Amino acid sequence: MIDLIYLTVLLPLLGFLFNGLLGPKISAKSGSTSGGKNEKLIGIVGSGAIGLSFIIVVGAFFETLALPVDQRLNIVTLFQWIAVAGLNISFSYQVDQLSLVMSLIVTGVGFIIHIYSIGYMHGDKSFWRFFAYMNLFIFAMMNLVLADNFLLLFLGWEGVGLCSYLLIGFWYDRKFEKSTTSAAGLKAFIVNRIGDFGFLLGMFLIYSTFGTLVFTDVFSRAVSFAVPEHIFVLIAIFLFIGATGKSAQIPLLVWLPDAMAGPTPVSALIHAATMVTAGVYMVARCSIIYASAPAAMMVVAVIGVFTAFFAATIGLVQNDIKKVLAYSTVSQLGYMFLALGAGAFSAGIFHVMTHAFFKALLFLGAGSVIHSMHEQQDIRHYGGLKKYMPLTYGTFLVAAVAISGIPPLSGFFSKDEILWYSFTNLGFVFWLIGLLTAIMTAFYMFRLYFMTFEGKEKFDHHKVHPHESPKVMTVPLIILAVLAAIGGFIGIPEIFSGEHGNLFHSWLAPVFKTAEMKLLQFGSHSHFEELLLMIISVVAAAGAIFYARYVYLKKPEVAAKTSSKFKGIYNVLLNKYFVDEVYDATIINPIVKGSESILWKIADNKIIDGLINNLAKLIEIISGSIKKIQTGIAQSYALVMVLGILIALFWIILSYA
Amino acid sequence: MQIPIEYYLILSAFMFTVGIVGVLTRRNAIVVFMCIELMLNSANLTLITYSSYLGDVAGQLFVFFVMSVAAAEAAVGLAIIIAIYRNKLTVNIDEINILKW
Repeated sequence: MIDLIYLTVLLPLLGFLFNGLLGPKISAKSGSTSGGKNEKLIGIVGSGAIGLSFIIVVGAFFETLALPVDQRLNIVTLFQWIAVAGLNISFSYQVDQLSLVMSLIVTGVGFIIHIYSIGYMHGDKSFWRFFAYMNLFIFAMMNLVLADNFLLLFLGWEGVGLCSYLLIGFWYDRKFEKSTTSAAGLKAFIVNRIGDFGFLLGMFLIYSTFGTLVFTDVFSRAVSFAVPEHIFVLIAIFLFIGATGKSAQIPLLVWLPDAMAGPTPVSALIHAATMVTAGVYMVARCSIIYASAPAAMMVVAVIGVFTAFFAATIGLVQNDIKKVLAYSTVSQLGYMFLALGAGAFSAGIFHVMTHAFFKALLFLGAGSVIHSMHEQQDIRHYGGLKKYMPLTYGTFLVAAVAISGIPPLSGFFSKDEILWYSFTNLGFVFWLIGLLTAIMTAFYMFRLYFMTFEGKEKFDHHKVHPHESPKVMTVPLIILAVLAAIGGFIGIPEIFSGEHGNLFHSWLAPVFKTAEMKLLQFGSHSHFEELLLMIISVVAAAGAIFYARYVYLKKPEVAAKTSSKFKGIYNVLLNKYFVDEVYDATIINPIVKGSESILWKIADNKIIDGLINNLAKLIEIISGSIKKIQTGIAQSYALVMVLGILIALFWIILSYA
Repeated sequence: MQIPIEYYLILSAFMFTVGIVGVLTRRNAIVVFMCIELMLNSANLTLITYSSYLGDVAGQLFVFFVMSVAAAEAAVGLAIIIAIYRNKLTVNIDEINILKW
């Protein structure tokens, strides 16, 4: 199946072409927009392409698993892409432990979300367009994770950015907050472009330093070449700027909350499970470069932990169900970068995986709720939905417990591992901020949960009739709930699993071996300490859950009192630290105003236009006097000609004489 | 006794000058036209002179070419003059000054 890996990229592309080219025709056939049969064909083709890809990836996974450890890196070359003067780029896919994990997540979770979308997007006038974009996204994402060189990775990187833009603005005729969904899409795209700029610089620097862009060559040369450390730091920082854009870290986190303008399955697939983790994947892939640049590692860790913390504080007070989840995603991505910065690369990837399960589940659950509440997204207008939608309720609870880090659900294992490594490799402060973030995570998650599913029903019974979603939506929820519940068992920490060890780690170990050997900073800490920290974080998270229950279920007035007591802080958090406003004031407005008053009205209108217009006027004036020579009387022309001939003759005669 | 070549050349130059002056000074288009013919024929005379002086037949050959071209040119030129006359009721060159900006 490894040889067939190109099909995992090709099938989504074919699905995209089918739905994109034939979709309008198929939809038009039914004559109505709610046309069952034709929607079915589009949905089956769209999901089927991803499902088949998933099967192939699973096959490749087991084939790789059967190989001896040192032969698990396979490269499948399709064709040569660019070949100019030493630069050789081919369409090659690197099938190794890391890319297989990512491919499994992308196609697996992607497949589940595609199935869910058949139900969620039912009746949408652009049903076909949605599936075409989703398939295109999977195509780009598979290129990103399977690429064996930086340029192909960048192709996928840009491709997912494009699909993100297209899908955020999918409902382009709808309003979103103060502007439109297409403005939100544009914002995502532009902020991503700023990050891509850093990524490009990093790529250039890699090429000029190592003379190649192929992963295996770059990483082996990173070990064997004598490259000064500051070059490594520069490369690592540039690449990390790209990662902050794609993965919504400080300072480029502003686009992700706005990306919630898209349909909810999009938020689940692109803005929670897969695309936003591309930055984490890329940093993990370049682990050797980062391991050679300790300063850059520190930057990654600091940015990660601060993003985790600040996003969590914002998540505490948001009232839009998807906004809470969006900030939660930013916060969890911060965790992943904290893990990478701590040198625990496989812990970061492990969290990518568990996060893909429970966050996709949370988003899909939220989608199910939004669906039944007639597009109402404000949690203050929910409440008591437990009895109306039992399946959504149950699966959402599983996800909320998982993300809060309660054992034995998946979030516990990955989050605790990250906290542990940040304690051993980075120090107490990082662990403490991480722990505070974990407590806040548990709190806002259960605030969301209690306000949505428990307590008094705060919606209008005459207008809204909550109901459970159809099977095509609930079955994906159940599958994801199972994964979110048991997904963590493949990464049980060594103190529990004994001689079996951590399966996930030993699977990924060969990929990160060189980087981890270079770091060599894993101090010896006793199992007692690890257990102690684990207990602290679990107890703290459980406490936060019970406190949320107390505040939002038993004594709702406490919440109101607290928010009015700390009105200042509450407002700052509600307005997301005014980051958007600060960017508007410091960057966007100066650029807009400067472009308008200087570039447009002075540089363009006065200087460039003025230059051209005045040149034209000058020529007009000069020619105005010269044109008088042309009298129209043929004889005067003849006279000039004769005079010219005479002068020429004299010239010739004189030069002979 | 042979007439020296200078005689021919001086005659030819004289005819040519008369032609030029005519072209530049006369107002009637027909006269200008005739002056142009005069210049052509002075050139022909020069060609013939050298042809006979050098004993080379190529010069006479050229004259035939020039004459045939002159004939064609006369036909086209006179046609244009007639067309202009029909249009403007004049063949005075200084009144036909539309060829300008």
